[in-house]
Order: sequence, then structure tokens, then C-alpha cells
Amino acid sequence: MSLPYTQEMLDSIKKVEAGRSARVNGPEPRRMTADEKDALLQKFHPDYNTSSFEEIKVGPNKGQKAPKELVEMLQANSRIKDMDINLKDPDFDVDVLVIGGGGAGASAAIEANEGGANVMIVTKLRIGDANTMMAEGGIQAADKENDSPAQHYLDVMGGGHFANVPELVRKLVCDGPSAVNWLDHLGVLFDKDENGNMITTHGGGTSRKRMHAAADYSGAEIMRVLRDEVINRGIPVVDFTAAIEIIKDTEGKAAGAVLMNMETKELLVARAKTVVIATGGAGRMHYQGFPTSNHYGATADGLVMAYRAGAELLYQDTLQYHPTGVAFPAQIYGALVTEKVRSMGAMFVNREGEVFMHPLETRDVAASGIIRETKERGLGVHTPVADGVWLDTPMIDMIHGKGTLEKRLPGMLRMYMRYDIDMREVPIVVYPTLHYQNGGIKIGVNGMSGVENLYVAGEAVGGIHGRNRLMGNSLLDIIVFGRNAGQQASKKCKEVELKELTLSHVDAFEKMLDEAGLHNDLVSPKLLPDYRPQGVTRLN
Amino acid sequence: MADMVNVYLFGKKYEVPASLTIMEAFEYSGYQLVRGCGCRNGFCGACATIYRIKGETELHGCLACSTKVEDNMYVATLPFFPLEKKVYDINQIKPTEQIMMQLYPEIYSCVGCNACTKACTQGLNVMQYIAYAQRGEYEKCAEESFDCVMCGVCSARCPAGISHPQVALLARRLTGKYLKPEAKHLTERVKAIENGEFDALVEAIMDKPLEELKELYNNREIEK
Repeated sequence: MSLPYTQEMLDSIKKVEAGRSARVNGPEPRRMTADEKDALLQKFHPDYNTSSFEEIKVGPNKGQKAPKELVEMLQANSRIKDMDINLKDPDFDVDVLVIGGGGAGASAAIEANEGGANVMIVTKLRIGDANTMMAEGGIQAADKENDSPAQHYLDVMGGGHFANVPELVRKLVCDGPSAVNWLDHLGVLFDKDENGNMITTHGGGTSRKRMHAAADYSGAEIMRVLRDEVINRGIPVVDFTAAIEIIKDTEGKAAGAVLMNMETKELLVARAKTVVIATGGAGRMHYQGFPTSNHYGATADGLVMAYRAGAELLYQDTLQYHPTGVAFPAQIYGALVTEKVRSMGAMFVNREGEVFMHPLETRDVAASGIIRETKERGLGVHTPVADGVWLDTPMIDMIHGKGTLEKRLPGMLRMYMRYDIDMREVPIVVYPTLHYQNGGIKIGVNGMSGVENLYVAGEAVGGIHGRNRLMGNSLLDIIVFGRNAGQQASKKCKEVELKELTLSHVDAFEKMLDEAGLHNDLVSPKLLPDYRPQGVTRLN
Repeated sequence: MADMVNVYLFGKKYEVPASLTIMEAFEYSGYQLVRGCGCRNGFCGACATIYRIKGETELHGCLACSTKVEDNMYVATLPFFPLEKKVYDINQIKPTEQIMMQLYPEIYSCVGCNACTKACTQGLNVMQYIAYAQRGEYEKCAEESFDCVMCGVCSARCPAGISHPQVALLARRLTGKYLKPEAKHLTERVKAIENGEFDALVEAIMDKPLEELKELYNNREIEK
């Protein structure tokens, strides 16, 4: 087994190695000024690439922009178009229906159960098949002496370019410590020192070290505990079953969902007094052709269903490109290299061995900096897969002592070792990857969307993170707003009296598309990407 | 033309580029995956897979998303394995030796064959962490099993019917909840927030005009 780098890459590594001890021992690289950051973003961030966006022609966000691929799905045909679905004899009848089995959905279900509601989870894959499982770096919470929710608030607002919904940010930061405490008491194994103090680090854009972690399996550790707790509580989980439309009652309130068994394609009806959308992100939409760090099922289903039901979206035009996606080797192209690698000291270095920016700028700035380095300055590292920049991982053990990388970043080490790259010895090549949907469905502090009794939690929500999310605030957001949605939905269901169920809003949306002259052959929600080769003749 | 290899997906032969993972080989061959595909990056355990190279006797466990195809590889995915998961109330149980005996007594039937360790897709010392669980050494079991993705290949190979990932998860939760020291700074902060001690500070920053907030952000002190 030998290192699969090309000769050109090996030659460049010599330049990277030459400056390494100076980087380890020298002062931190300079951080950019606010003006420098703005200029960089405008020129290089994919959100500013206007040709990749399109105007939404119908619905609550008519006239606003969204990525082309999302607009296509928002304006596609319902999967049950022209079908007569019997809503009178539902297959499931519950108080709270949670759609999605990731961290937000599981948290919502646990809290709804705690609140005494009869709650059920439906998920199109398995419970835990979600971006939560893949979150590596950690979860923010202002629980240290030198920190406060107000300081956290400032970081979140600044990182989000002050576009965040202030009341949602307030909830995020003020409920942060109790969210971590809740997980701690459920038995999540956080990294602690011998006295029980949480070991915390920086993330990009944080002004205090408030990143709590469970090695680099933070999300996986949280998810497997939440999943275990859902099962212990006897909460029913209907897996391999996708929600494909929200059902309303005749008063226009959310009242359930049409479900589809992913394997048998059987349609089912779930009636519920309140509904929680926790369907996650959209990486598998591959906006602008980017690879993604996301889970197989990240296809913006919740946005599509909620939009058809009349819920407004917010910041649907802003996506997060994680600066450090794998650029090489091919087998893990686009996979995530956790920001924690930089929290622990690894720096960005170009082909000539030069550091070209501070390693912990916010994600949008860091991603733009890498794009500039490769596209404009031509100083990227060429690999057989994609161009990128070096992330100088051997610095970590030099700074913290031999064995640190293995202990604190075991998942990363294992991922690269599978392809014979020992990141303790050689740097790795990274390039931005589609990572997070900053925007989503608009909610109030009670977690409810613009549609009565339709709650939203997790990555499907828009507004908490403004136009850019900080590392560690997503795991925090799914717990804080997942729990909140579950609490609110279980409280609310006690006063709901359902009227007759209807799908008339789906017909009405189809009519709006007709009137706007929009016709395509696509159906939505997308549910799964299709990676089979094109140009092959198949019968469906 | 890329280097091609022959793989046998559920026994049927397909020719695929040698650079693909097993998961990509399925897709290249025309499968639209629903089962056996999750995070596609080695964290979720959805794509447990068993393979054997033609002519060899050894059976390998792996994750389809993180393993490259090889020539003459016979592949069967294991998208679901019936692990035995016992339910319990985390607030009622205690980290005693008895709790394992009560919930997962089959771990004491381990015959020491080490098939679990050999099959582990994460390269963990599975038999060792089960040994720790037998002895009630839950912290050690937690540490040894920490990288488990619960794919279930170990259990598929176990003659004693042990559900190793579930045993390890119980040990980790017991460790996290009962054996690790309390994070006092966290407990105190939660209490302080509940008592409204930060309300004024938060409201003050929320009341600031945008320009002032920006100024504050751009000049904030960053902890070294």
C-alpha cells in the first residue's frame, strides 16, 4: 500500500513541509477585515453566482429567488396528482406526526412523548439516517465562565451577516446550555476532563471556545443515543416510508400527511392533530453541480411539501458550502473534513507552501478564500479528481503532541487511512462541498410555520442562522428547536379538534402552476437522488 | 478506458471501474438504492456488506460506501440485521454488573472465537469490549466501542447470538450518564439562565441598533 498522491502533489508537499515548523511556532495568520470579507464573498461565494438562481413564479415566495434545482422541485407535479386518495379511513391516527428521523425529529418525538402525546415518527429511510449522524465537529453552548448567551448571540448574528431572526437566535443561545445538559443526562459521551469540565474548542467565527464534542463522532454519538431513547420510550417509528404531501383539514390547518412506502410504493394516510416537519437539508440536490457532504436523503422534501401547503420560506437562496470537503481521493469526493481539524491547528496552505488565510474564518469566507486561491490566483493543488488546497494536518500532532490526532479525530483518520493516506504524516487536499441549507421554512419562536399546526425543526427551518451558519450551531439548533417543536406540538394537540381532511391545497397549487403556464414532467418531493448512469435504456 | 474489474453483486457478474466503492458499483450497474445506503461516508452503518474474493476462504465484513471494489469480489449486502435491543429507562437503571446480566445475559455465552473482531467494519476490538461489558467495566467498554457505527456485521458472525452494538450502546450511555464526572460549570450555567441572570445582558445586545451591533462584532475580543 502506498500513498496515492501524484508526483506533482508530492513535490508541492515538500514546500508545505518546509514552512511547517514556522507555522506551528509563529503568530496566527491575520484575520480579514469586514470589508475584505464582503468583497471576497461577493466575488467568489456561490450564493452570489446569479446565473444559478431563478425566480419562484407561484406561491408564498413568488418573485423571490432560489437555486434553479429547488425552484424546479417547488414547481413540479405532486406525486399524487389526479389521484383520488381516501382520507376518510386513515391508516394511522395520532396526536403528533413527526416527519423525519434525524436529530430534530427524534428530539421532537421524545419531548412530545414526554408531554403525554401519542406521537409517531415516519422516515423515508431508517431512523438515524440523517445529516445529524454525519456531524463531526461539535455542538456550541455558552457554558464557560468567560462566555455568555449574549456573547454567543453576537457570534451567531455576525456569522449570519445580521440577517438572522433575532428572536430565534435568542432562543438558540439561551437554551444552548440546557440542550447540552439534556444530552449529557441522556448519556451522550461528551469529551470531558478528569474533573468533569467540558473540553471545548473554537469553531470558525466563534469568539469563545464553546464547541463541545464527542471526538469527531459528535453527531453520531448524539444520534445513536436519541435513537435509543426513542425506542426505549416505545415511540412508533414507521421507517422506509416517506411523507409526500401534507394533509390539511377544512379549516386550513395541518392535519396529517400522505405517506408512501419506499419499497412497495403503497400509499398510506396518517391523520394527526399536529405535524412536525423535520426532514433536514438539501445537499443531494447538488446545487451548482457541487459535490456534497450530506446524507443520501437530503433532498429538501419538507420545503416542497410545506410550500405546497402554503408555508412561506425564508432565505431559500442561501446555502452553505463547507470549506473543507474532500477533493481527493475520488471515493470520498465531497465528503466532510470536520472543521475541528482546523480548530486543532491545521492551516490552509497553497501549492507553493504559503498560508493564504486564517484557518478559522466563518465558513462562507473560508470557502470563498479557497475558491479564489484555486480559480483566480491559480495556486491550487492539482489532483486527478479536483483542484483544491492543502489542509496541513500534520501540524496537529506537532502542536498538541503525538497521538492527539488519532485520539481527537479518529473518524477522519480512519476515513483517509482506508485510501492509504495517513493524515498525521501528509497534508490532505480540500475544496468546498455543499453542506448546509441555511434557509428553509419560516417559523415563529413557537416552532410553527405559516400554516396552523404545522411545526418545523432542524435544517428544514430558515432564519436561525441568517445567511451563514457557524460550526456547532446546527447540532445545537436541532436539539433546541427539535425539543421546542415537540413540546409545542404536544401542548397544542390537546386543544385541536380536527375537521374533515382535505388535499384541496394540492389541487389549488396545481391550478396556480397551470395559470402561470408552468408545466414540467417532474414530480416532487424528490425523495432520493439517482446516481445510475444516464443514457441506459430501462423499463420503469 | 478506465481499469475495469469483475464484481459479483448478489452473485451476478458486472464489470465496473476499479476505482469505485462497492456502493458506487451497485449504482454503476443500474441499481437505484433504497436499502443499504445512508450517509455514504462511513458514519451511519446502513451499508453493512459481506464479501469474499473468489478462491479465498476468508469472509470479510465492510461498509459498501467506504470499500473499493476488487476483481472477483463476491458481494452480499446486509442492509438489516435483527439485533436484539432491550428497552430500559435510563433514569432507573444503574451502572452495576447486574444490569448487563439482566438485559443482555447472552454476553456471558461468548465462546471467545473472535469472529466479531475479525468482521468489524471499523476495525474495533469487539470481543474485548464485550469482555469489558461482562466485567461491568463500562468506561473501558465505552472507550473501546466508541467508533461503532452499529452496522451489525459482528452480530451476524456471532455463534452466541450477542448483539454487540446494543451492548456497547448501553455501556456508553451508562458511562456518559453515571460514570463521567458531572460538568459543574454546565449545571450552574443552566441554573443561572433559568433564574434570569443573563436576561438583561441578552436584551441589551438585542436592543442595539444594527450599526452598533456590527461594530461590536467586528471588534470583539477573540479568546486565544
